[in-house]
Amino acid sequence: MPETLLEVNHLKKYFPITKGLLNRTVGQVKAVDDISIRLQPGETFGLVGESGSGKSTVGRTILRLTEKTAGEVKFKGVDIHTLPPEELRGLRPKMQLIFQDPYSSLNPRVRVGDAIGEALLDHGLCSRSDVRDLVLETLESCGLSSYHIDRFPHEFSGGQRQRIGIARALILNPELIIADEPVSALDVSIQAQIINLFSKLQQSRGLTYLFISHDLSVVEHLCTTIGVMYLGSMVETASRDELFRHPLHPYTKALLSAVPIPIPKLKRERIVLKGDIPSPANPPSGCKFHTRCPFAEEVCRSQVPVFRDAGGGHFVACHLV
Amino acid sequence: MAVNSSLAPVRRAGAASGRSSLFRQSVRRLLHNKLAMSGFVVVLFMFALCFVGPLFSPYTDNKINMAMMNKAPGLKHWLGTDALGRDILTRVMQAGRISLTVGLASMVLSVFIGALLGAVAGYYRGVADQIIMRVADLLLTIPGLPLLFIFGALLSEWKIPTDYRMYIVMLMLSIVNWPGMARMVRGQMLSLREREFMQAAVVLGLRDRRKLFNHLLPNIIPLLIVMATLNIGGAILSESVLSFFGLGVMPPTPTWGNMIDAANNMIDFQQRPWLWIPPGLSIFATVIAINIFGDGLRDVLDPKQKR
Repeated sequence: MPETLLEVNHLKKYFPITKGLLNRTVGQVKAVDDISIRLQPGETFGLVGESGSGKSTVGRTILRLTEKTAGEVKFKGVDIHTLPPEELRGLRPKMQLIFQDPYSSLNPRVRVGDAIGEALLDHGLCSRSDVRDLVLETLESCGLSSYHIDRFPHEFSGGQRQRIGIARALILNPELIIADEPVSALDVSIQAQIINLFSKLQQSRGLTYLFISHDLSVVEHLCTTIGVMYLGSMVETASRDELFRHPLHPYTKALLSAVPIPIPKLKRERIVLKGDIPSPANPPSGCKFHTRCPFAEEVCRSQVPVFRDAGGGHFVACHLV
Repeated sequence: MAVNSSLAPVRRAGAASGRSSLFRQSVRRLLHNKLAMSGFVVVLFMFALCFVGPLFSPYTDNKINMAMMNKAPGLKHWLGTDALGRDILTRVMQAGRISLTVGLASMVLSVFIGALLGAVAGYYRGVADQIIMRVADLLLTIPGLPLLFIFGALLSEWKIPTDYRMYIVMLMLSIVNWPGMARMVRGQMLSLREREFMQAAVVLGLRDRRKLFNHLLPNIIPLLIVMATLNIGGAILSESVLSFFGLGVMPPTPTWGNMIDAANNMIDFQQRPWLWIPPGLSIFATVIAINIFGDGLRDVLDPKQKR
């Protein structure tokens, strides 16, 4: 077993709800509520869930873009959230984030070449004279052309901008890449290109991904392990094949039954969830899913289910399994 | 101009291939804006008139000639003379020097103070933000003109030598004008630091210096240029108002404001329009031209600010 690259233990992120002139805290939005993730090198972990389930906050809190409320995040055994700022800065190149929106994640007034190369210079990873060559090399490995280097972001399409964002992360030679819905802002045809780029880069560089998405077909294509989130908590984690073949949690079943399949005549059982995701400021008691679960029983309303191993590394949090 | 030359080789090679920078694109768009360019031409004309014009005048601004009192415009004195026989055209040009200098200098000062304090408040937030913005709010709650009047009255009370008053007027105008600047810059900073590319800068582990100079500043400069331009017009106007009320720059130093003030009686007003029309028109033309040019600049540099 190789060394664990990323270890997230019982991570919690609560956002306070403040009110009035004195900013009294009147409540908390439990965006991330006790999440644990382990990532081995070379693995791709897919984090799925509907909007508002807290997937992006997990990614951002791991990278300390927001401060955690509780728990710990260890990158190669180092707790990121207790590092002093200067040491954290030194560690930054090893873990990179790819943003959802390729339009706002690039500074409109910085040339593509500068945007990609500047972090190298700031970390002293490369001499001033070599930057251009390295940037060109990275541009090409991300499917862009060398003449793009002196252009501004507004001269590119969405897919090209996402490639620039990937190049910007990649040039630092990271070990972990957290991709926060990297394809959901793109056209389907472009999505395929970017996803193929992700798997090509993983093969050539041995990258580890934490891939955040709400699109199960994307996750199925790319990920080795999948975690399903609901309202800030993990409800099910399993290897890809296991999860797609034998989903245990009713929420996972409902999600899987909603994935479109390219066989029009096939009739299958759809589990349609009623209502919306409840407010994370006031989550339901017991199992958070009981308000929408078609199989909910009395025990679901009163007791919080334990996240336990249902056999062979297939973890699930449900009373009925 | 878009970024510091962090990647010098990149820059040079690019320039050779003739790509267009954001700056050059903006200039090109500005040149196509006829209204803005006509404003710019008028401003240039006023500057040339005031700073070069007096060199060609046979008169000096304070040369008193009792034989030529209150003469109407004619061949000898193109715009006539005032109650002391001084040439109005020469005085208008000399006054323009003072007015434009005061406008420019107070703009530079208030942009400098406002941008610096606003940037600090917006970037660091917390205590610094609270202190700076409460002071700014305090200044903003007092109406500008009465505040200037009080300052001006104090200056007269303390018998400040008239030579220095010009500089103190610049300072006064900046004190009144910087809070507006600071608020704009702070607001811009606050919105910029929440943008995703600034979060990307955090994840990339960029140094604060690079975040500030390569990412934040280039996004604020267009706003600064526009605000600075519009600010000159306002400063010239305020200076004229102050001088008109005898609280700004004092005679015998001419400014457009105190020249109009000199014609401040019914006889002069009705029968000697050459005393007040030239300085009045100068103020009008300069301020309008600067505002038109500033609006054009805004359209080119800062499209989101359009009203």
